[in-house]
Amino acid sequence: MKAVVQGSHVLMGNHACVEGALAAGCRFLGGYPIAPALEIYERFLERAKEVDATFIQMEDEISALAAVLGASWTGKKSMTVTSGPGLSLMMEHLGLGVMLETPCVIVDIQRVGPSLGMPNRPSQGDMMQARWGSHGDYEIVALSPSSAQDMFDYTIKAFNFSERYRIPVALMADEYVAHVKEEIIIPPFEKIHIEPRRYYDGPHNGYLPFKRDKNYVPRMVDIGKGYRFHVTGLTHDDRGYPIMNEECQEYNVHPLVRKIRDYADSIVEVQESNTEDAEVVIVSYGGTTRAALKAMAQARKSGMKVGSLKLVTVWPFPEKRVVELAKKVKALIVPEMNFGQVVFEVERCSHGYANVIFVPHGEKGAEHTEDLLAVITQAMQENIVRDGIIEYT
Amino acid sequence: METLESTKLEVIHPMEDVLRMDRIPHIWCPGCGIGLAVTAFSAALEKANIDLNKVSIVSGIGCTGRVAGYVKLDSFHTTHGRAVAFATGIKAANPDIKVVVFSGDGDLIAIGGNHFIHAARRNIDMLVICVNNFIYAMTGGQVAPTTPLKAYATTCPFGCVEPPFNIPYLADSSGAVYVARWTTLHIRRLCNSMTEALHKKGFSVIEVISPCAQYYSRINRLGDGLDMMKFYHDNSEIRHGEDTKNLDIGFQGKIIVGKFVDRERPTYMERYTERLAQIKGAKK
Repeated sequence: MKAVVQGSHVLMGNHACVEGALAAGCRFLGGYPIAPALEIYERFLERAKEVDATFIQMEDEISALAAVLGASWTGKKSMTVTSGPGLSLMMEHLGLGVMLETPCVIVDIQRVGPSLGMPNRPSQGDMMQARWGSHGDYEIVALSPSSAQDMFDYTIKAFNFSERYRIPVALMADEYVAHVKEEIIIPPFEKIHIEPRRYYDGPHNGYLPFKRDKNYVPRMVDIGKGYRFHVTGLTHDDRGYPIMNEECQEYNVHPLVRKIRDYADSIVEVQESNTEDAEVVIVSYGGTTRAALKAMAQARKSGMKVGSLKLVTVWPFPEKRVVELAKKVKALIVPEMNFGQVVFEVERCSHGYANVIFVPHGEKGAEHTEDLLAVITQAMQENIVRDGIIEYT
Repeated sequence: METLESTKLEVIHPMEDVLRMDRIPHIWCPGCGIGLAVTAFSAALEKANIDLNKVSIVSGIGCTGRVAGYVKLDSFHTTHGRAVAFATGIKAANPDIKVVVFSGDGDLIAIGGNHFIHAARRNIDMLVICVNNFIYAMTGGQVAPTTPLKAYATTCPFGCVEPPFNIPYLADSSGAVYVARWTTLHIRRLCNSMTEALHKKGFSVIEVISPCAQYYSRINRLGDGLDMMKFYHDNSEIRHGEDTKNLDIGFQGKIIVGKFVDRERPTYMERYTERLAQIKGAKK
């Protein structure tokens, strides 16, 4: 299999993402160039000729995701790659992808914002946009990689989630992780779990594009197979025909939420270390996890019982695990490369059981630990639970 | 009455294999021309003698945006203005599919203008049918990028002050390989043009001038749908091969119709696969 280059490689995060995508079966990339995601295009193009994948550079990010949705309906696993300014433009078709229940992956290499910000500096400022950016009610799955290996692994996971639940899935990386060069291990093709598309295989005239299975997920067919189906971004019934009333809104849109919310337990993934005896837990995701793990190790050396909770899936949010930990520990420390986004979720889910301390990690980069160590020392001494989020300054 | 009951016949619509009869009645107003454009298109699909299982239709938003929902093909009703972009993805991912974009002037030329010119430039193999009724009709008669100067709309109550786009000229200069314009009165010629364009390789554009009897005509006091058809009859002129520069439409002015452009250019996917094959060959 040319698509899976088994073995050990030293790869940049962005390049690892391409290898993950190709291993997952992605054969279409529609995009619009933007820093710091450019290496993904370059590598995908380089590799496309070996695996017969198609790449098209569209006129903007709006059309890039539109093309990806169209391509996905032909049966090709498809993705787009962007950064904050592009993600903003993609919100329109994130909504259409949700409504047409079209599997695809959106890789967002987060850079500093708002607006143009700093194109080549890392940030985690798009986390809430990925969750709430498009209008209307929907649920999303978002994964956050913190190493080049994660870029490979989580890209595959993203494709698997998108096929299983028929949704756009966001891979929320940041510039640091995208450009870090590390050793990654690519397993043999047989060892990689790939979720196939769930097709309808009944008679042609009986196909209903939005007739749901028990798990609320309808089955797909490809364009050109003779089903002559119709789908619309308007509120629709099982046939994909627009119906403008409240009953149909409930019938159509509630399952879009339930297919993720009801199955959150099987989607949510976290990685824990040293949480068994921890008095303070650092909750992190993406690039900041690197700092969190370093700080934890340094604190442990000086005898402080510190643990780490890394969010593999940021959306759906690991609510249950966070409240369990909040009940056990003095404080949850949340470093983010922004001025507070996921920390609001941590605070919501900790229900006042523990102090929630926000560390704006900002410009200092993903490997910086000084601020975290200072917060940890402070948090260990704190014996009362304070209201709201405590911001480290 | 008894005899009527006993002689009740199963009436099958002649277009049943290309239209979704379970969606009729459609939403279009009396006097509207979109239904005529769909009739011409349905007939063209049958006349073109192509595998309809391999044809996909994509629409954007608006009155004409609803067409995809009535045509029995793999059909997509997408976001406002983005039908061409969505269709580009389909074509690039599976070049065996014949892609048709059926949408309105506001959808394709205003919000979707950028996608339109770039798909033409790339020469994506698709047929774009643009129904031009000079106004945003579904939202109640706002000014469009095609509204003629001096015509009234709800958002230009003193008459339109923006020069409109000349759609064939825009398509031609952006690189379209087939450009035609007809009114909904020229139903047979429109159908022939659509049949021809379904076989044309490359970015093909057919503009269909259509009466909006509910908004454009009412706001501008042009009578009902029939009056507008009479106007087309008296004021349209067939000029095949006319330079697209000369196709501006003034308020209640002459409408030049015909086939203006029919040329060959390699399509995007032809260039893409050819270049890929060259590179692969060179590697071996």
